[in-house]
Amino acid sequence: MESTATNQHVILVTGASRGIGEYLARHYLTQDYRVVGCSRGPSPCESENYRHYRVDVTDEQGVKAMFAEIGRDYGRLDVLINNAGVASMNHLLLTPLKVARNILETNFIGTFLLCREAARLMKRHRFGRIVNFATVATPLKLEGEAVYAASKAAVISFTQIAARELADFGITVNAVGPTPIQTALIKSVPPEKIARLVERQAIRRMGEFRDVANVVDFFIRPESDFVTGQVIFLGGV
Amino acid sequence: MSSQERITQAIYRAVDELNKTFPKGVHLEKSPDAPLYGQASKLESIDLVNFIMEAEEQLNDEFGTSITVTEERALSQQNSPFRTLGTFTDYVSGLLKEHGINGD
Repeated sequence: MESTATNQHVILVTGASRGIGEYLARHYLTQDYRVVGCSRGPSPCESENYRHYRVDVTDEQGVKAMFAEIGRDYGRLDVLINNAGVASMNHLLLTPLKVARNILETNFIGTFLLCREAARLMKRHRFGRIVNFATVATPLKLEGEAVYAASKAAVISFTQIAARELADFGITVNAVGPTPIQTALIKSVPPEKIARLVERQAIRRMGEFRDVANVVDFFIRPESDFVTGQVIFLGGV
Repeated sequence: MSSQERITQAIYRAVDELNKTFPKGVHLEKSPDAPLYGQASKLESIDLVNFIMEAEEQLNDEFGTSITVTEERALSQQNSPFRTLGTFTDYVSGLLKEHGINGD
């Protein structure tokens, strides 16, 4: 493949085919980033500055192959947005093991794997910004989301320790914790549950994609090089 | 140049890269006996991480492979392959052999 080594900053968004991931991919395409997206399915994004990989974030070989191509073709990775995630609203007594494993694999192992491979590429230039995805379900101890919230609690711990381990390489690691946003992730959650959750926020409204983008923008800007290991929950949670 | 020599040279290039990060007068010797960790080693843990990542990259560039040096078995071996440059070289030679690159 022809090398496209670039001076443009390169940003990788996981779970980029829909919801917040698609929004963020389009958001950064308008800001002169070269955007790489990945998801299990195809992407609706079409732009000469966009490249999509169909890869599962828990598939080590697939993820490594994607990073090898990013390294070879662009020679750099500046930002990783670890958005890919799954949820399943269920009482723990009714949660099948397979579902629990899938949530942990995608939300935590996927985050770990992408961080590890991204940091290897970022350390070449001694610069990197990693943004992981937490959730307000963790601090709010949301019933019905025990496994999901626990998987994101793992992401928070991981983010805080990864921030320390990667600081010497010029890489920051932070997390954003969205409130409910109208996406496929919460499509099976009863509206009254969502309403009760929103009531527990300081600012009582549903989150919007732009709220997430605002926090991610802050974390990844060059001036945020003294900000790492932080988790910002939306809505005043 | 034999594969074994290419492996050694790739690892020594990683040592050169690591040495660039050290203050003047401090360096890791390019010798099989040079300790990578333990009391006799001059390396901090972050130096060892940097060295392993750099060596992995140099080896994969040299041989067109995508080996991962820090496989589970490397971390679980009773005698760690990361003790000295020599044990490290022996370990990656074995890994590369599994990828069809014979260092003998």
